Amino acid sequence: MKKWSLITLVGADQAGIVAQVTQILAADDCELGETSMVRMGGSFSMMLRVRHDDMDLGALLKGICESLNLHLHVDEDVASNCEETDPDVNITVYGADRSGIVAEVTAILADAGLNIIDLETAVAGTADKPIYIMTIEGQALQGVDALTEAAKKISKGIELNIVPIQTLRA
Amino acid sequence: MTVLDILQYPDERLKQSSKTVEIFDQTLKDFVTDLEETRLAGPGAVGIAAPQVGCARRLVIVDVSQLKKPVDNHGYLLLINPEITKWQGMEKGREGCLSVPDYTGNVIRAESIRIRFQNIEGEWIEFDSGGYEARAIQHELDHLDGMLFLDRLVSRRSDLFTRKTYKK
Repeated sequence: MKKWSLITLVGADQAGIVAQVTQILAADDCELGETSMVRMGGSFSMMLRVRHDDMDLGALLKGICESLNLHLHVDEDVASNCEETDPDVNITVYGADRSGIVAEVTAILADAGLNIIDLETAVAGTADKPIYIMTIEGQALQGVDALTEAAKKISKGIELNIVPIQTLRA
Repeated sequence: MTVLDILQYPDERLKQSSKTVEIFDQTLKDFVTDLEETRLAGPGAVGIAAPQVGCARRLVIVDVSQLKKPVDNHGYLLLINPEITKWQGMEKGREGCLSVPDYTGNVIRAESIRIRFQNIEGEWIEFDSGGYEARAIQHELDHLDGMLFLDRLVSRRSDLFTRKTYKK
């Protein structure tokens, strides 16, 4: 009986991590579903939904984790059903970097009904004048107007743009 | 009237170019009726292209006049042998397709276009379209050249700052 697990791997970035890890999984008939694989700073992170026979994924990946110095975490028996949830709002945020931007913005927007589907952030600018940039795709559960209204409470110096997404179905 | 079967990728017919419509007769009218019936039978699709039902002819239907959140539109559009003669601007938007179930992704399209096409009588018409309707037209015209929105996906991580914004 096949089941789904979620594998998380993190380690120092180097060329070939994805190819080596996925070849081992493929060789043992592990099928990939949705995945996120991204370099963050000097680290590379992978989260892989995997459909597989009853087996010890930790043991399967032990060798490669040691040779590439990756940290491994396996969540077994995660849900098999994963219907895509379409975002209906896109939010971009940026400002001079300081601690607490994500906490402040997401708390205010969560109160106004924002369900985050995808959020990523980056630090740009120069070392002495860093800029913090965040993009969010989510669902405006109380409507986009509620988010726009709530955004007025966000501190000065943080620029925020809220754009409705009207998905084309054709 | 008949609801036709909608081809789904990886059906190879979706990747083929369609041929010019040359005969404007009752058979064509009957096909258009069936194609519209098929569009309306689906889950709220704003457009459909002939090759999506296995007919490799240059013909699409677009109608964005019935959306919950209304947009500028020209009502029901039957576009035969359509071509885009002008493009302006670029905009990112999210698209899904009857031929690619259970997936939506971001695609860059021209913000406004001029479209030239024949109507059911074979007469040439030309007009300008913008925004959501222009996006739908571009999506459907791609089908006539064997292109799916999957061929134009942009990464969520290569985000563009969009233009129509509500500033705080």
